[in-house]
Amino acid sequence: MDASFWILQFLNAVQFSMLLFLLSIGLTVIFGLLHFINLAHGALYMLGAYIGISAAAATGSFWAALILAPLAVMLIGAVLYFTLIDRLRGAGPMNQVLVTFGLIFVFLDLVRMGWGDVALGLSAPPSLAGTSEILGVKYPAYRLFIIALGLVIMAGLWITLARTQIGAMIRASVENGAMAATLGINVGRLFFIVFCLGCVLAGLAGVVAAPVTSATTGMGISILIPTLIVVVIGGLGSLQGAIAGSLIVGFIETFGAVLLPGFAAVLAYILLAAILVLRPQGLLPARGH
Amino acid sequence: MKPKIFSLALAAAAGIGLAAPAAAETKVGLLLPYSGTYAALGNEITDGFNLALELAGRSGEFDIVREDTEVKPPVGLAKARKLVLEDEVDVIVGIVSSGVLGAVRDFIDGAQVPLIVANAGNDNATGDACSAYITRVSFSNGQVNRPMGTWLAGQGVKKVYTLAPDYAAGRQMIEAFTETYTAAGGEIVGGEYTPFGQTSDFGPYLANAKASGADAIYTFYAGGEAISFVKQYGSFGKELPLYGSGFLTSPLYVAAEGDAAVGVITSLHYVPTLDTPENKAFVEAFGAAYDRVPSEYAVHGYDAGMSLMAAIDSGASDRETIAAALPKVKYVGPRGPLEIDPATNNIVQNIYIYETVKDGDGLTQKVVGTVEAVRDAPKGCNLR
Repeated sequence: MDASFWILQFLNAVQFSMLLFLLSIGLTVIFGLLHFINLAHGALYMLGAYIGISAAAATGSFWAALILAPLAVMLIGAVLYFTLIDRLRGAGPMNQVLVTFGLIFVFLDLVRMGWGDVALGLSAPPSLAGTSEILGVKYPAYRLFIIALGLVIMAGLWITLARTQIGAMIRASVENGAMAATLGINVGRLFFIVFCLGCVLAGLAGVVAAPVTSATTGMGISILIPTLIVVVIGGLGSLQGAIAGSLIVGFIETFGAVLLPGFAAVLAYILLAAILVLRPQGLLPARGH
Repeated sequence: MKPKIFSLALAAAAGIGLAAPAAAETKVGLLLPYSGTYAALGNEITDGFNLALELAGRSGEFDIVREDTEVKPPVGLAKARKLVLEDEVDVIVGIVSSGVLGAVRDFIDGAQVPLIVANAGNDNATGDACSAYITRVSFSNGQVNRPMGTWLAGQGVKKVYTLAPDYAAGRQMIEAFTETYTAAGGEIVGGEYTPFGQTSDFGPYLANAKASGADAIYTFYAGGEAISFVKQYGSFGKELPLYGSGFLTSPLYVAAEGDAAVGVITSLHYVPTLDTPENKAFVEAFGAAYDRVPSEYAVHGYDAGMSLMAAIDSGASDRETIAAALPKVKYVGPRGPLEIDPATNNIVQNIYIYETVKDGDGLTQKVVGTVEAVRDAPKGCNLR
């Protein structure tokens, strides 16, 4: 086990963290602003993968799919927002969880009807198909692309929230929605924009993950567990929380598989339980909660 | 061509001759997953089963009731009870998951209803938990993997790292391979059972395999996990040769794995490119009916239909006689010669070692070795 082995595993951990970040950031942003637990996020992730596969097949280009699929998922999300989500805003968390969990099964069956039961794959674009030399090790180029994309989105969201006017409006609405509305911020429209952004991120995560894993009808449900672990560990509703949670879970899962393979499956759950007991609000929760 | 047409005509005539007096319908319960993780397998097996009856022109003789196990053992058991007690079926065909098979085993045995297992490979079902009412026409986990251990050691591959999902099938497949591979002089230098259905990143395990100093990786994964594993193996530059149980590169989903699957060598009891008249006719008929290449799962369904018809042709008509007739079934099917071992009620069949190769834009299977008539040791079962 030389240095290159540990560099390789470090890159694996960062790559997995970025995938988890892309998945959990949409969920946590929507919760932070709307106080809405959108379990259908997993279904939107699944739709991103399937629509991405069809878009790539139709256009012959992965890059076209990378743009088209998140936009299509955003449209589906917008329809959901006006038909269901908006009405459920004041209905309490139990109703929200039940309805959005039910949506997972609705979308699962729609995907089965549209794409069938056989698991599908998406090829990485030819320019990223091989391996690249980095830090003295050969590493899949597509995985480096995931790391880069994750960092870009992280930075983009950070700058938007911290440095732009809309970012300031979002922060104000998260901390005190009533006061923000009194000051003239159209909180309703802001909510809609943020919800759409969350859907775009879910769809993007679906397309980006498809060349690494496979698209199956069960992916929307199975991804919810790691995503919720990330959100709970990091703290609901904050960007910093999602970043911290993804890195912690990504590194624990990867190095758990390397050092304690027999416990790889339970390490993240042990941490989850410890966080819930010792710091139930998470490590870096949004202010105002 | 002439003799073939003649024999087909003869077979058809014989079929009509037998079908006409046997007006009594046989009631069949198809107990398969039609939703959940393995829905694709349930549909593939159903298509194969229906094709067998249609090609024989005998669909009218069978009254088929479908039930969805949802791949959940308690649901599977409830549906088995429903088929036996409410629908009063003569025979049950199906079961994809070894877990569901374990759940229905005692009920089937006690109710004395014949069950033709059309997938689930759990070694115990035809080992220490065998039953005179359970006949398997698919495969057993050990049967598919044992020949590969001997073959791989014979190829000069000396050190292997193993990987499989952490559940009964994964463990049985790796243990069977390990047994024959080490007996033939090979060495297992390391291995891991990955959390079943929870592992989306195989990168850490692939790096472990490389660091172990192994010459090759031996693995079993199926369905979505197989696609993820093979694609990630490919993305890391295929640093070690990859061998495994043939479900890894099943024709059902090998297209989704793409070029990453090229060069992977695995063993299985059926390969759609087998060059025999029986298989060519089957592949053609399956393609004409469903417009795709049949997988091993389709063949399980097809052979379940074939062996049920063979049992009925030998004079069986109710639960007891069908159960007694099934172990005597023997014929040449798409996968080659097959028979049921009366000692265990498990199938005896050829195991094919095949390489996934490029074929134009797509992928196909090239058979590189055949181990004939592989029979499982009784392992605590004696039905004879």
